Amino acid sequence: MSEPSLAIRNFSDLANPTRFLALVAVLWPWLAGLTLCLFAAGLYLSFTTEGDYQQGETVRIMYVHVPAAWLSMMCYTVMALSALGTLVWRHPLADVSAKAAAPIGAGFTFLALVTGSLWGKPMWGTWWVWDARLTSVFVLFLMYLGLIALNRAMDDPARAAKVSAVLILVGFVNIPIIKFSVEWWNTLHQPASVVRMGGPTIDPEFLHPLLIMAVAFTLLFFTLHILAMRNEILRRRIAVLRRHAARAAGRKKGAA
Amino acid sequence: MIALLARDLKLSVRAGGGALIGVLFFMTVVAVIPFGVGPDLNLLSRIGPAILWIGALLASLLGLDRLFQAEREDGSLDLLLMQETPLVLTVFVKCVAHWIATGLPLVIASPLLGLFMNMDEVAIGATALTLLAGTPAITFIGAAGAGIAVALPRGGLLVSILVLPLAIPVLIFGVSAVYAAIEDPAPFLPPFLILIALNLFFAVIGPLAAAAALRLSSD
Repeated sequence: MSEPSLAIRNFSDLANPTRFLALVAVLWPWLAGLTLCLFAAGLYLSFTTEGDYQQGETVRIMYVHVPAAWLSMMCYTVMALSALGTLVWRHPLADVSAKAAAPIGAGFTFLALVTGSLWGKPMWGTWWVWDARLTSVFVLFLMYLGLIALNRAMDDPARAAKVSAVLILVGFVNIPIIKFSVEWWNTLHQPASVVRMGGPTIDPEFLHPLLIMAVAFTLLFFTLHILAMRNEILRRRIAVLRRHAARAAGRKKGAA
Repeated sequence: MIALLARDLKLSVRAGGGALIGVLFFMTVVAVIPFGVGPDLNLLSRIGPAILWIGALLASLLGLDRLFQAEREDGSLDLLLMQETPLVLTVFVKCVAHWIATGLPLVIASPLLGLFMNMDEVAIGATALTLLAGTPAITFIGAAGAGIAVALPRGGLLVSILVLPLAIPVLIFGVSAVYAAIEDPAPFLPPFLILIALNLFFAVIGPLAAAAALRLSSD
């Protein structure tokens, strides 16, 4: 029997978990290294640039808060795409991707909420306000937890994946609400100042570390995501092997 | 379809259907609130609409896990899945029947409970009207959760956890419409129309997602 080629020519070749694992083994040290370098640069810039004339030193919280908030939405988008992959193309790795992304997304959302709250105490004078942006992000956090709970509640991974894919797609309604909540409602949270029509309104002094941190966070997400996917594939293989071993043991006992 | 509607209604009002349990739960929740916040009538009349809305939300979530579970247990769910009419339509009709059996009694009971809360006539009328417009949306989006959790042995609590975040917009606009009706400067129509829009939106999304989930979780 000839060994199947591990070369990856197009996207559907990734459907083979062995090929995917080989790709991950090559890719992840580079991704992790790049993430570390960017974090070093981003953190250095974050702590050496000027403080804001009004906010003082607390402006540095933004360098963590904003990328984490972006990532919390991007992670859900990745999950929604994976859910589409599960339901439409039946891509075998799509459900692994959706399942692996949920805890990471919950982590980033939690980070965004905590840093925002730490910034809100000195700036707004309160830890928490029920404005539209904060509430919708909190709802996002609850949905991440609900999805994790749903995945844990079912023991058959294939069925859990399909059913949670439906829920992910229904919950995607929340993402545009989060994005536009600062424009639709007049709230305490400031409107978008980086990605907007007519260029960013934020000073380059703050923009550069912010962008570098954003790229670093994105790479961190992808590193964690592919490693989590690798773990999930290996976990399923171990489960299958254990089942085989148990069956073989049972057969031996029956024969004896 | 009409036969299905009649069948579901009969099943839910006759013995063992449990349609009235939702109303009882609603009344109990509302009756417990004065013990928690104290019998201050001014305070109660101020927070009354919000309490009625939260009670109705919880009560309609309570019955949701029965939406498909009983059918799954006696096997008629498979018949519904196999028949020729589109499953989305079947789910929609089941949602309507479920709403008439559990949601409508909540709306009818709300004026009485409004009196307990020392609310004035305008507030009572506005609450009943917004509940009438808002509770179908909760049922529709809850159908999606019920379809997802139908295969789980103890899905009831999970349905509430999954559906509650999605039902928050309904609660927000329902309560804000009531307060807009009571307090003079704020206009009543915009939040009320958004509430109806949410209703229509969920009437599309809910049955679609529930039908997809039911197909996927049937073996």
